[in-house]
Amino acid sequence: MRALLFDRVTKTFAHHARRVLLRARLIDMVRRSPQQRFTALRDVSFELQEGESLGLIGPNGAGKSTILSLATGLTLPDAGRIEVNGRVASLLELGAGFHPDLTGMENVYVNAALTGLSRKQLAQKLDEIIDFSGQRDFINEPLRTYSQGMAVRLAFSVAVSCNPDILVVDEVIGVGDQEFHARCLEKIRSFQRAGKTVLLASHSLDLLGMLSQRALWPDHGRVIAIGDADEIVAAYQATKPKSPVAAPAPVAAAPVADPAPSGGRGEDAPAPQSARV
Amino acid sequence: MAPREFARSDASSTPSMAVVEPAAEPAITPSVSRKPWDGSYGFLFQQLILKDFRIRYRNMSLGVMWSLLNPLVMMSVMTFIFGGVVGGGRSRTFPVFLLCGLVPYNFFTAAWITGTTSIIDSAPLVKRVPVPRQVLPIAAVLSNAVHLLIQIGLLFAMALIYGYRPNIHWFWLPLIWMLYMVFVCGLSLATSAINVFIRDTRYVIESFTVVLFWLVPIFYSFTIIPAKYAEIYKFNPVAALVMAMRDIMLEGTAPPMSLIRNLTLVAIVSITAGWYVFAWLKPRFYEHI
Repeated sequence: MRALLFDRVTKTFAHHARRVLLRARLIDMVRRSPQQRFTALRDVSFELQEGESLGLIGPNGAGKSTILSLATGLTLPDAGRIEVNGRVASLLELGAGFHPDLTGMENVYVNAALTGLSRKQLAQKLDEIIDFSGQRDFINEPLRTYSQGMAVRLAFSVAVSCNPDILVVDEVIGVGDQEFHARCLEKIRSFQRAGKTVLLASHSLDLLGMLSQRALWPDHGRVIAIGDADEIVAAYQATKPKSPVAAPAPVAAAPVADPAPSGGRGEDAPAPQSARV
Repeated sequence: MAPREFARSDASSTPSMAVVEPAAEPAITPSVSRKPWDGSYGFLFQQLILKDFRIRYRNMSLGVMWSLLNPLVMMSVMTFIFGGVVGGGRSRTFPVFLLCGLVPYNFFTAAWITGTTSIIDSAPLVKRVPVPRQVLPIAAVLSNAVHLLIQIGLLFAMALIYGYRPNIHWFWLPLIWMLYMVFVCGLSLATSAINVFIRDTRYVIESFTVVLFWLVPIFYSFTIIPAKYAEIYKFNPVAALVMAMRDIMLEGTAPPMSLIRNLTLVAIVSITAGWYVFAWLKPRFYEHI
């Protein structure tokens, strides 16, 4: 069964620095200047079957996080179709709902409720959550007394406790210590063994190669390549030493100017090969 | 140029990897199909309200006393000013009369302001957790209802001390307060969403509540208002609640039916309009936070 589908998904964001104050809003109303929009994703298509794992690879600002946010349902596309079949657990930024003045336990309760657990479900999983975090001794201490690594461990434990079908993971497991790193990897692997779908973004190419069979390489919002993870990682790495500054493809060299026709392809661009997977 | 050459040659030799070209066909209309958030709203509201309560009182030595201190101080000062300094012959029960005005006003101000800033205050959640956003302003208003209960407890205690006794009309209290809360939830839904796009909203509301203090019969009685302005007061839900409180607590009569009807109407209009404004602006929260 299909777990996740992106069909020609385009996402733009407003350039809105300082645009949230009343004065700026009034000026906008008077001038009626057309809003400048930045294209974060353009015509991104991919499909994930149940049990598959896809790694997102690419430089900062490539569109990885936007793909994850769309998959999680935090924001909506401007064009294109997104289909998500199953419950999503997002490990985008661990501890987004944590408050330093609450104890570890209180934070577990708040965050479990946010991810959609009921009181009953939480009661069943509480021990598992605390054991996995390894913070049993500190669970009734305020979170501000935790080190960052400790807090992340706790957040990870809660985030994966909601029995998801699809796991969406951003650059998060790099935070804790080696031991925790290994535990997280093992947890994600156990999800994969249980036939769950994983979508993850990481700058760590090793991690990406380890955890995903397939990879998608976006750059400046366009998909550069998609396919076998090892090959994409190799291709991506090959671009690094040659020209670390220049963007890897001429078509995607600049942020896409909005008025440009979406079909306009560079003259020297190669012919499209099987675009959708 | 080089990387693409590389990718292409690589793709042609190994069919498992495909270079993806931008699609040439026109953009398709956006559509998303996904399972909605299916958690327990009861548990979620309970946890969010508890969280707020704990955060507010954990670092205060006086704890819940703070909820009582504000109305008590206001009551004492205003009794002194209007009873002793300017007023003269105020009635003996003036403190209870004042509390009937202060409690609804305090709740309105606190709940509306925290409700308005709730989305911005929970920016990390809105950015990272796919929880239904409507929950945030409503939970903020309900958190204030906890303090409201404490203040209503104070009001009851003062009423008893000043010789008022519970009467059958006290049963109106849950209904009018519920309608009032629905009204504030509706307002907060609308303004919390607007506050994401225009951050000054919060300050406009703060100024407005200062003005409102004088427009609501808190330290004066509705009966002294000239007839030509009386009609305007009837459209003010905060004033309506103050009047209903005084009818019930001090006069021992049921609030007039017209007042209940107006309050119900205002609550329904407010929650409906608030819900729609929120739903309309919600899809763009992510990029403006």
